[in-house]
Amino acid sequence: MKSVLGDRRAILALLGPALLVYSLIILIPIFWSLGYTFFSGSIVSGFTPSGFDNFITFFKDPTAWTAIAFTVKYAVVLTVGQVVIGYAFALMYHFYLKRASAIIRTLVFFPVVLPTVAVALLFQQFFQSAPTTGPINGFLNSLGIASVDWFGHADSAFWVIVAMDIWRSMGFYAVLLYAGIVDIPDDIVESSRLDGASGWKLLRHIILPLSLPVLLSSVIFSINGTLKVFDSVLALTNGGPGSGTTPLTLYMYQTSFTYGDYGYGSTIALMLTILCLLVTIFIFRAQRRDLTKA
Amino acid sequence: MITTAKGRLGRIVPAVAIIGAGALLLAGCSSGSTSSAGGKGSEKFDYLGADTNTEISTVLTLMSKDQCSAENAAQPLSVGTTPGTGVDQKMQLLAGQNALPAISTASGTPSLMTQFVEAKKIVNITEALGDDSSNILPAAQSIISKLYGGTDSYVLPTEFNIEGIWYNKKIFADNGITVPETWDALVAASEKLEAAGVQPITADGKDGWPITRLIGNYIFRDQGADALQAVKDGKAKLTDAAYVKAADAVASLGQGGAFGPSVGSIDYNGMENAFLTGGAAMMYNGSWTLSNFNDPAQNTIGLENIAYMPFPAVTGGKGSIDDTPANIGIPVMLGQNAYGTNTQAWVKCIAKNYGDLALANGGVVSGFKVNTVPTDLPELTQVVQAKVAATTTATLWFEALFSPKQTTVSQTNAALLATGALTGEAFMQMVQDAGQ
Repeated sequence: MKSVLGDRRAILALLGPALLVYSLIILIPIFWSLGYTFFSGSIVSGFTPSGFDNFITFFKDPTAWTAIAFTVKYAVVLTVGQVVIGYAFALMYHFYLKRASAIIRTLVFFPVVLPTVAVALLFQQFFQSAPTTGPINGFLNSLGIASVDWFGHADSAFWVIVAMDIWRSMGFYAVLLYAGIVDIPDDIVESSRLDGASGWKLLRHIILPLSLPVLLSSVIFSINGTLKVFDSVLALTNGGPGSGTTPLTLYMYQTSFTYGDYGYGSTIALMLTILCLLVTIFIFRAQRRDLTKA
Repeated sequence: MITTAKGRLGRIVPAVAIIGAGALLLAGCSSGSTSSAGGKGSEKFDYLGADTNTEISTVLTLMSKDQCSAENAAQPLSVGTTPGTGVDQKMQLLAGQNALPAISTASGTPSLMTQFVEAKKIVNITEALGDDSSNILPAAQSIISKLYGGTDSYVLPTEFNIEGIWYNKKIFADNGITVPETWDALVAASEKLEAAGVQPITADGKDGWPITRLIGNYIFRDQGADALQAVKDGKAKLTDAAYVKAADAVASLGQGGAFGPSVGSIDYNGMENAFLTGGAAMMYNGSWTLSNFNDPAQNTIGLENIAYMPFPAVTGGKGSIDDTPANIGIPVMLGQNAYGTNTQAWVKCIAKNYGDLALANGGVVSGFKVNTVPTDLPELTQVVQAKVAATTTATLWFEALFSPKQTTVSQTNAALLATGALTGEAFMQMVQDAGQ
């Protein structure tokens, strides 16, 4: 094996095809998009260099800032929701349901495999107020409360998106975190129990620190996924009402493909990439500090 | 340590420079090149249409077997479809690669069509038709000129729609309402209907345009038919008091409850359904809706109970109630790169025969001259056909001269205006800002 990996031609033969495909479909479009940030125009009328105009526009664009605020708010709320609820399920699987957890795990995981558009249509019907009254408003009406136009206001529409996406993804995080908790050696848990740790103390001082690496992975996974939210918002509210639930990704899509402004669209994409990068670095740094303290 | 860092920096800087230069080169090279044309044109007469419209492909197929069989022998018709929601994106990409087919659905965004014209991606239809361009109705030509500028036509008007308010005659009669001729009378009628427990107007707040059409028409009636051209030319702003007044009028109508509850949740089918099942007294729509009216499965109130009224006048306004809002639907265009003498023969044949065939086949009123009006047309279709034939000039719609971004901002915020979540001033400010 050592002799094969020491041979440059063998390395080239093994890595070359994969590297070529990766370069063609990932790297070249990324750099192409990066280049577009310095141009204005469209694919029909042609592109002209515009220097840093697109970046200046971005910082002056109130819609872009509203989209950033929505994206960050959504990412924070959803990450907390996904990971906390997922962790609660994982603990329940391991400590409460134990071997009987398989069927519950399957049921909770089920929404993960459903297509986003189907789930969005389901939630649209669920929260509908017109032309027909959906089950949620029907329930409110039965309590004597008037129907709420959930999709008519940005605030209520936001919480419907959050509810839908948590329902859709909590099963995935539950399984991911369950795998981390299962990995904690039984003898450590047993010995801590013998030392008198149980309930909250066991969770706080034994389970939580030992499952921290997988929790951190989940947070990074979740926050990067949620910062790039697109399909669920597009299918459920299409960014509305107005631009009240428009994340950066949807704004980028509209700018590039509906308004035909590839230069500014690429600039928004670059800003989103930088945002993801900064958040990931921030989480890694915060985690490193915690470990030193421990 | 410093030496190592310098060495690393020395390797990174050229790499970044090469990547940056490469990126700029790639992006710079992707601009649309000029088109070439000539000869007999493409091998086939490829039609690429939106999958939401089957009428055009049906009429073209009928022509290929009869009136245009000779043209079809020289350049056989081939029909393809593309999802209706992504037409603009698809056509932009094809135009950027000089790969527009011989004939295709045009973009619904006039500013994008102007880009196609300026970049010479599509054929000048007036030149292609020569004397046969007289087959295009003057009113249709007037709209094309207003939309794309200049006097030449760059599209074939496969539809010609007039717009206005369709009302339920029975509901009006039951509530003692006469057809409103002024905006104030319309507001009074809405209040009367609401007091009687009838929803006055049904509107598709999800798509927004049936609400913004009211704003546009109010502006035309109040400020005259050129009021939005003045905004495009920079002589006026949407935030001027005269324009904000129109948005405020529609907002005030909505806050009074005229559009019913949760207007933002109603889509196009919901709007049609509410009107055709007697759930609302009025609906703003184009004459393309006649196919729904003529379908007994959808129309439970009966054709005899539906009538058309023009958008009412604004008291003291400069515009006239006789200015008819109209559009040419989604027309078709010809790709310059696939154009040649065979394509020209096809276009001439289409111009001569489309009007008659579309009306006889699907009851569709097009922007082409009709030589023989079928005798078995439904009454409302005859009314529309007569109105179209009598129209010489037409007014456009609110977003017709806007950029794609302004159009999106206007239509996605329309429901918020109609429910009172946005003031007229805030709405107009947003649309104005989107154009900068």
